[in-house]
Amino acid sequence: MFYREAGDFKTNYAADNQTFPIKIDRKGYYVVLAFAFLVVPFLINDYWANAILLPFLIYSIAAIGLNILVGYCGQVSLGTGGFMAVGAYACYKFMTGFPEINIFFHVLLSGGVTAFVCVMFGLPSLRIKGFYLAVATLAAQFFLVWLFNRVPWFYNYSASGQINAPERTVFGFPVTGPNTEAWAAYLFCLVFLVLSALIARNLTRGMAGRKWMAIRDMDIAAEIIGVNPLKAKISAFAVSGFFVGISGALFFALYLGAVEVGEVFGINKSFLVLFMIIIGGLGSIFGSFAGAAFLVLLPVVLKVVGVDMLGWPTDIVAHLQLVIVGGLIVLFLILEPHGLAQLWRVTKQKLRLWPFPH
Amino acid sequence: MKMKLATMAVTAVMAAAPAMADLVFPSLSYRTGPYAAGGIPFADGYADYFTLLNERDGGIGGVPTRLLECETGYNTEKGVECYESTKGEGALVYQPLSTGITYQLIPKTTADNIPMHTMGYGRTSAANGEVFSHTFNYPGTYWNGASGAINYLLAENDGDLNGHKIALVYHNSAYGKEPIRTLEELQKKHGFELSLLPVDHPGQEQKSQWLQIRREKPDTVLMWGWGVMNQVAIQEAANIRFPMENFIGIWWSGAEHDVLSAGDKANGYKALTFHNVGRDFPIFADIQKHVVDAGKAAGAGDQIGNVLYNRGMYAAMLAAEAVKTAQEIHGVADINAGQMRDGMEALSITEDKMASLGMPNFGPSFDVSCENHGGPGLVGVTQWDAASQTWSLISDFAETDMEVIGALIAEDSGAYAAENNIENACN
Repeated sequence: MFYREAGDFKTNYAADNQTFPIKIDRKGYYVVLAFAFLVVPFLINDYWANAILLPFLIYSIAAIGLNILVGYCGQVSLGTGGFMAVGAYACYKFMTGFPEINIFFHVLLSGGVTAFVCVMFGLPSLRIKGFYLAVATLAAQFFLVWLFNRVPWFYNYSASGQINAPERTVFGFPVTGPNTEAWAAYLFCLVFLVLSALIARNLTRGMAGRKWMAIRDMDIAAEIIGVNPLKAKISAFAVSGFFVGISGALFFALYLGAVEVGEVFGINKSFLVLFMIIIGGLGSIFGSFAGAAFLVLLPVVLKVVGVDMLGWPTDIVAHLQLVIVGGLIVLFLILEPHGLAQLWRVTKQKLRLWPFPH
Repeated sequence: MKMKLATMAVTAVMAAAPAMADLVFPSLSYRTGPYAAGGIPFADGYADYFTLLNERDGGIGGVPTRLLECETGYNTEKGVECYESTKGEGALVYQPLSTGITYQLIPKTTADNIPMHTMGYGRTSAANGEVFSHTFNYPGTYWNGASGAINYLLAENDGDLNGHKIALVYHNSAYGKEPIRTLEELQKKHGFELSLLPVDHPGQEQKSQWLQIRREKPDTVLMWGWGVMNQVAIQEAANIRFPMENFIGIWWSGAEHDVLSAGDKANGYKALTFHNVGRDFPIFADIQKHVVDAGKAAGAGDQIGNVLYNRGMYAAMLAAEAVKTAQEIHGVADINAGQMRDGMEALSITEDKMASLGMPNFGPSFDVSCENHGGPGLVGVTQWDAASQTWSLISDFAETDMEVIGALIAEDSGAYAAENNIENACN
């Protein structure tokens, strides 16, 4: 009954190849966009912004970035935390070094810097594959964290080794620093997320994406049909690094405001983002969103239910949270290895036929 | 009938009143993760003192207290979430017990007009109240700790540290890096040799650091550790037979659970402190009677009298006294966060006051002022006796080198003020 193509006529190739070929999907997409841009900023408060929406938006960008590398191009990376740190520290250096330039460009530039670093660490991917590449990127993770701890230039020689985001404005409204209104930070991140998702979607369904997927599915076959593995792999590392860098910059400047590299961008962050794309669905933009939402929201929901509604002790709820999140990950991998995105596809199929499935 | 109505109205008001008027103290605790061993006793002490005030005195100035506990796991992201979810409930003062979360909350609490008390941790230069209007770190800071340790060594070595080798084993984070600047300044002044040995979070792996200590044979090892790192370090020191009496920890590395796992080998280990240890204080009888026996103790109730329990209780006592001060200044019992800040800034702790609270000689006497949020910075030294399993104060609370520390505070807070365009809050 829902999600039917009937009556939705396409008269040219562009219409045929659009992201949402089904009318109801397309409408839903515009409704969600309008809601996110026009309604949420008026409803948002500090708690919603800082506890739920900002982490969701920022992790979504990171998940999209990692999904391009792991999900589309098949290059396993455990260095996401380190690459986010590159974005954060680049953003900090730009913010303090060139305060007259708008923060919007600082964030973009941090993405560029991270893309470069990511390519440098991606070079070994031409020689090594699979688990060995995972170990090489793991080395990047530890090396980058060590670097930002070790070289005082990166944190402007501050005594504590912390970096703090000074106040920066967009159109006169502060988006970083303590005087930021919740809606301003939210909209700033939302713009980056929407742009990232649009770029990622269009890259992955175009020639670049097809090359990545060919490499992922079978690199020798891809080479035979004329895909240059050097260009494909390096471009995947670059694009992935760009998005991960943007997310790291936003994570530092808008969400946390003060960052200490070992604690915030440690190996746990790499695993968290990897879990997001595995649970959400490898090789799916929607999956990146779903996975980020799942892992950001679940702990908050469990905490609200356990502590605020049931009144349980905080430590028991915190332990239960680990058990439940861990259990759900295992359950998901067994029942739906293709993640939430596949679940959504199946649901759509069911909805098409409902209520007469035969 | 009228009588009945009036009674009903009164009961209704009374029933509604507790929800209306209470003093909210968020407790950003951590009872899970690698730092839980330190987080649990502190959170228990903090909670039990407020329970005691409610049970024994009916709150502070007649207004009951309410503790909002939120688990951070020593994680800055969860700390942000906890802060945002509790600040709307009328939180009076934040005590995050984490230097990382402190750095994040300093600008936020200032913008939201809520004070924060980082007792013996956090950003040391917040002692300068002219720049950090809403952050307090009385009665002592890390830099006092660093200087206190050096002063103690000076006293032990007849005032001469020339050529003395000191190794600093520190948690590789903002917390552990805090004392380095001070120690470097003191190094210039006293001529000792300083070597730095960072230990990465969470601190379970310290073999290489202790191998280096074994090779370099420093005369003294100082430690800025927290959580599981402390136990591991003390165990490693015992393994290389480093003399424990030359091993001095900061006040976050000197609790029962840190030394117990090393058993007899930990005998003689020293730690700095800014408050007294043990349970020889009249207040513990009250806690036993009103809190423990009433079945209202926080957590498992097995931490009472531990070093960190005492510290949590001390933090709660200072907060409660600041509430009393604020109530006097503003003439209202149900104060808000802004008034609480004024109370903290006008706080005066005297020996008489502590004695009347059942905590004689528990900590130093001090006055907070608008300019000085850091207190007097008196540092004592405690030593662990493995046979009786007790800490005892071996060097009384002594002055630290405020000449060096004051200059560093002025420099660091000046840089922060310039970076964030902060004007002098005391004019």
